[in-house]
Amino acid sequence: MEDNNKNSRRKFLDKGLKIGLATAIGGFAISKISKLNAKSNTSTGEFVELMTTDGTLIQVDASEVMEIEHSKNDDEKYNVREGFPNRKFVMVIDLAKCKNALKCVSACNKHHYITGENAWLKVHKMQESEETAPYWMPRTCMHCDQPACVTVCPVDATFKRRDGLVLIDNERCIGCRFCMAACPYSIRVFNWSEPGQEITLNMDHNMGMHEHMESTPDYGGKPSLKGTVDKCDFCPHAIKNDELPHCVTACPNGVFYFGDKYEDTVTNGEETLRLSKLLEEKAGYRLLEELGTAPSVYYLPPVNRLVDFKDGLENYKEFESVEKPEES
Amino acid sequence: MKNYDALLIDLAPKKFGKRGTIWTLFLTVIVIMGLIAYIDQVIKGQVVTNMRDYALWGIYISNFVFFVATSFVGSVTVAVLRLTKNSWRTPLVRIAEIISLAAIVMAGITIMIDMGRPDRLLNLFLYARIQSPITWDVIIVPTSIALSFLLLYFPLLPDFAILKNHFSKTKPKHSKWYGKLALNWTGSPVQKTIQEKSIRIIAVMIIPVGILLQTIDAWLFSTTYRIGWDSTNMGAYFISGAFVAGVGALVSVVYVIRRVRKLENYITDYHFDKMGKFLGLACLIYLYFNINEYLLPIFTAPVEEDIHLNALVSGEYAPLFWFAQIVGLLLPLFLILFKKGRKPLPMFIIGMMVVVGSWWKRYIIVTPTLLHPFLPIEGVPESWHHYFPSMHEWLITVATLAMCLLIITLFVRYLPVIPIQRTADERELLKTAKNIES
Repeated sequence: MEDNNKNSRRKFLDKGLKIGLATAIGGFAISKISKLNAKSNTSTGEFVELMTTDGTLIQVDASEVMEIEHSKNDDEKYNVREGFPNRKFVMVIDLAKCKNALKCVSACNKHHYITGENAWLKVHKMQESEETAPYWMPRTCMHCDQPACVTVCPVDATFKRRDGLVLIDNERCIGCRFCMAACPYSIRVFNWSEPGQEITLNMDHNMGMHEHMESTPDYGGKPSLKGTVDKCDFCPHAIKNDELPHCVTACPNGVFYFGDKYEDTVTNGEETLRLSKLLEEKAGYRLLEELGTAPSVYYLPPVNRLVDFKDGLENYKEFESVEKPEES
Repeated sequence: MKNYDALLIDLAPKKFGKRGTIWTLFLTVIVIMGLIAYIDQVIKGQVVTNMRDYALWGIYISNFVFFVATSFVGSVTVAVLRLTKNSWRTPLVRIAEIISLAAIVMAGITIMIDMGRPDRLLNLFLYARIQSPITWDVIIVPTSIALSFLLLYFPLLPDFAILKNHFSKTKPKHSKWYGKLALNWTGSPVQKTIQEKSIRIIAVMIIPVGILLQTIDAWLFSTTYRIGWDSTNMGAYFISGAFVAGVGALVSVVYVIRRVRKLENYITDYHFDKMGKFLGLACLIYLYFNINEYLLPIFTAPVEEDIHLNALVSGEYAPLFWFAQIVGLLLPLFLILFKKGRKPLPMFIIGMMVVVGSWWKRYIIVTPTLLHPFLPIEGVPESWHHYFPSMHEWLITVATLAMCLLIITLFVRYLPVIPIQRTADERELLKTAKNIES
């Protein structure tokens, strides 16, 4: 009985193997033949000697050689996690000019399709103590060079690029919110529910304003994903097109200057200034410098003000930063 | 021999009485309700909680910290008392091990409830970054679960063998299971040496692992720039807090088991007295670190920290803060000083006070700090300025606590809560010692 069993199993295995082998060879042969057929039409019989990147010489049929454009230098290739090569983006915010017009906030909200209740860019009403003067302080992401949020992220979802930007990969974020707890500037926002951007996103999409709809770190908020973190992205989607971030262009008072630290220039769209000179002359500083986060955003103190603080009060809303569309 | 039989009948697992069945059903219902609430949270998103961008962590995290703290009881009672050769621990160690395992398993589950994207759990392994304290947690929590399990399981082997024989006629099915779990334990000298050696190694290992677990838990907070968290005191403060919470939980559970299983002959006033002194020691150490954490900053606290401390001591959180400090620490410490305070019933009440106080203490550590950021809270709805858990959060959190109690209950139902073999051996030793004396 046992012998019989063993024999039949052996037979089964034997047959199975043979059939499997035959199929594999057959499939391989068919694929080869079809390739040969395709090639034979254009083959010239002439061979060209080439060297591969690792130094070995190979022979290739002359018909298969064709000219391509010179490959770009690897340093100059754009990679979403590396950033724009040889750039270092910085922002300067001139507090002397800000009068809480809030155009930056609404532009940012619009271009990042913000549907939640907490804007990425906010204007704080600041007053250090009773005796000191109040002032308006726009606050973006600081894009720190020592970012606390990036250090604590357990999955490398938020990352620091060589061009200075701190971005978020929303496809990888697990929603632990540790980065939010770590950020001393409290700039990060969370998608507590389904973001509900379908209407605005689709509208722009249909009008051909943007080509793609997948979530990308290059375009924070388009679309936002439930259960993940969002924040100010310094608008790399605009930089790519040689445009300034939306808050810079939207500001009627030229408060925001954006630029490249390596080029030592910043611009608010109207005037272009030497960064180092500007910081020196106007005593630029960074927010919470003592923490050692090394922000990429500089502030110019609210001295010799061009606007009256009180003018901004009429726009001030303590409990709202994202305007809700009127319900119909 | 007669004595041994009586001992076996006393200590062998028993069927639930009416109360036991109702209790188990009650816990099961709570767990199911929590499960429903959690499914709803996954579907709708964490908008169902009252957490928002400023109060970005809530009771899920403080409850996690509570579970982690409670799990420390295993390391303390079992390992420390073992290494210091305190023999009064014998009837208590298994209960401590059970609490420890149940709590650490629930800690692992609780932390996942807080994730915005639980579907991406695997990312923690696929893209793990070693410098993130969460990755340290991902490493230490499973390690603790494994060690706690082994620390519970290895000493059980002889008892499983005893139970296999004990139930061989009355309950053949149970007997079969106990037999399998006993891993062919015969009690031969070779087996005993291996078992003893293994337990010794685990007992030594569980101390650093337990301390690391508590410390990493503290570092989750102290590695941020937040007022009230950014403190070098945190690690030691959490360890001492876990010492208190763990022993408090042990006292409460031991009391209930003693009453339900009628183990007054095995767990006596003497044991409660000892546990009381042990808890007193824990409370004193914890008091020391509390003084460091809350009293010392009076001298050098910057403005932001001053605001934070004032909110705790006399502001919005004062009722909870003082409840946690008085009910969870000062009052127990005071009562334990008296001999009458260390009797079983007062000890049970003190234990419950400590557990409840410890739970709210974690809440006080997590929530107020988040609502005291460096920059003003502006541009968000008024409700975001405050935090109190929503119905979903309560249902889910209570369910995790119920689940922990359910695990403990089921262990008590099917395992001998007092080591049979050890108790028998120790009594035998006592008897022979007396015989020699007389």
